[in-house]
Amino acid sequence: MSTPQVLFAYFAVAMTILSLLVVTRRNPVHSVLWMLVLFIHIAALYLFLNAEFIAAIQIIIYAGAILVLFLFVIMLLNLRKEETEKRFQKQWLYSIAISVLFVFFLVLIVGNITVIPPPGPYTADVIKSEGHIMTVGKVLYSEFLLPFEIASLILLVAIIGAVVLAKKRIE
Amino acid sequence: MNTANYLVDITMIMPELTLICVALILLLLDLVVKNKEVLAAVGIAGTLVALYGTYKLFVFHAPQSVFADMFVLDGYSNFFKLIFYLNIILTILISLKYMTIEKASFGEYYSLLIFATTGMMIMASAADLIVLYLGLELMALSTYILAGLMRKQLRSNEAALKYFFLGAFSSAILLYGISMTYGLTGTTNLREIAAALQTLNIMESPAVFLGLIFLIVAFGFKVALAPFHMWAPDVYEGAPTSITAFMSVGPKAAGFAVMGRVLFEAFGGMQMQWNSILIPLAVITMAVGSIIALAQTNIKRMLAYSSIAHAGYMLLGIIAGTPEGLASTANYLMIYMFMNIGAFAIVIMLRREGFQGENLDDYMGLAKSHPLASALMLIFMFSLTGIPPTAGFIGKFYVFMEVIRSGYTYLAIIAVIFSVISAFFYLRVVMYMYMKDPKEDVTLTTSSTLSIALAITAIMVLILGIFPSFLLNLVRSSIPG
Amino acid sequence: MVPLSWYIVLSALMFSIGVFGFLSRRNLIIIFISIELMLNSVNISLVAFSHYLQSMRGQILVFFVITVAAAEAAIGLAILIAFYRNNPTIKVDEINLLKG
Repeated sequence: MSTPQVLFAYFAVAMTILSLLVVTRRNPVHSVLWMLVLFIHIAALYLFLNAEFIAAIQIIIYAGAILVLFLFVIMLLNLRKEETEKRFQKQWLYSIAISVLFVFFLVLIVGNITVIPPPGPYTADVIKSEGHIMTVGKVLYSEFLLPFEIASLILLVAIIGAVVLAKKRIE
Repeated sequence: MNTANYLVDITMIMPELTLICVALILLLLDLVVKNKEVLAAVGIAGTLVALYGTYKLFVFHAPQSVFADMFVLDGYSNFFKLIFYLNIILTILISLKYMTIEKASFGEYYSLLIFATTGMMIMASAADLIVLYLGLELMALSTYILAGLMRKQLRSNEAALKYFFLGAFSSAILLYGISMTYGLTGTTNLREIAAALQTLNIMESPAVFLGLIFLIVAFGFKVALAPFHMWAPDVYEGAPTSITAFMSVGPKAAGFAVMGRVLFEAFGGMQMQWNSILIPLAVITMAVGSIIALAQTNIKRMLAYSSIAHAGYMLLGIIAGTPEGLASTANYLMIYMFMNIGAFAIVIMLRREGFQGENLDDYMGLAKSHPLASALMLIFMFSLTGIPPTAGFIGKFYVFMEVIRSGYTYLAIIAVIFSVISAFFYLRVVMYMYMKDPKEDVTLTTSSTLSIALAITAIMVLILGIFPSFLLNLVRSSIPG
Repeated sequence: MVPLSWYIVLSALMFSIGVFGFLSRRNLIIIFISIELMLNSVNISLVAFSHYLQSMRGQILVFFVITVAAAEAAIGLAILIAFYRNNPTIKVDEINLLKG
């Protein structure tokens, strides 16, 4: 096993264990913190795949904004009596059964993806020569202009929604 | 880099840009203007301008594909945009008085409706999975907020909660399907996916089928096909009734628009595969919708299950697998919009201060006190059942005709059986209105805009039932292949 | 060279763990976090495909998915707060006002 494969094996095992930890903690704050560690691992995996800009975005937005928002809301809701109540729903055995079947079929099917379409122009060297940010920028503002503008609308709607739903006083 | 070329395409998205500008103007106007009717009027005016824009762009008989082949303007998208325009106009008309009663008359209501409609229009014109996903999210996020607008009412909060979580779950599944499809074909553009599936000869591959399943499941959530319909009754019941009317038509039409486009354009060669999933889904959907509706006492829930059943009938048009089948689904959606919004308009009329008016018992004896409203409700209920000469019959007739023509006669028979079963709960409302005595005095809340909406919907339901050819020709010319 | 299928299997595993969390936990916040986990797993598979296909589409889609996830988080938490104000519980099985 070469070094990249060993490193990847670490990431894979770590990320699986971390995801399991995230969904099974009793205290939501613990879940969020394990999620933070998971996000850092994911960002490292993106670096592995030569996507530095996406790695930075992952940390800044996901870990830096979304998780902070989660923590704010958890603190706001002031959940206290978590420790003694049941964690899982009544039908958790069914969920485990469904998930195990799911994993089985998924892994079976995706595990042997053989046919790969003809590769495109953005090889690792091309990206490295220009820098990843530049490549993303060039593509984003020319080919993907329309999705970019729609994404800005989505953010506007999120702002409106957050204010309309969560503000304290109504006239 | 030929970046300059892309700006020329702005004329093609003029309708969407108009709507967005109107929404932004409404947000600002809300700060200045206290009278919500001004906002509604501006909203409707803006929609009419956008409609005019779409009409002007309709002259292109060959499909125009802009923004790096991500946004396509053809008859298909224009027809669905017409449905969305009428949807929002009718919704605004029926909601003016109602939102004041519900004490949720925010200016943002109109902006969010317009943003949702913009999302739907983007979905109808999407030629690329990325734009499809973003349009879907825009529509979905706006609708989550709208469902929860009555902040003080627990029902509305719960509706928004359930809608949000199941909607977010379905988004994740959609994305997984998109990522599978992208990985196996190398592209997210619908035409190129079809070409790649052809050249790489992977149509039989289980991984591609898996991606297809995930996509269908995600779309099924959005249009409330069984067994992904769990959210619909609760959300329809808890949301403000005008939003329920909007939601029962808009996201469903948009969902079917994208389903038609993705299945026919991208996965056109895999018809056997997706039909094998869609046929059982359609049967279960029609069954669940028709049978469980029989047990409902709340009219909003009953109409929710009726929506689910209708989604099953609409699915038959896609199962037919031909462009005419797709045309019959689009036709059904337009007709469905009129009859459903009409029915919900009557439900809104029963709501007044201190009286919900959502139980079936509240309709007892309505014919004695309000004969006009009962007559209108009778028209809408007949149309939902599919009794001639209403438009509902025409809608079902053409869908069944197409599905029989494609060889699935048994499906048409099953659909007819469920239609007959559904007559029980639709006509039960009629029976309550005309043949039972009123339990208490019911006063109806009418407003001029509501009456206009009722007039439009009722007239269209009758006209389309008696002279269906006008709409049919419009649909047939819009969907060539 | 790390084979592509390893990345995809990892993504599938994380997605399934997210689905398990969504279906079986009672706490609404954890359910929401499971959804974010699912979105992240999709991101991993998209970036991996993008790398091996030598195309930028996957990474651009990841960019948009992260944006939409942020918007969804804002709206979802706002809905949660609005709900919590009326009924101070976040256990899923206690939320059954609308039933039938």
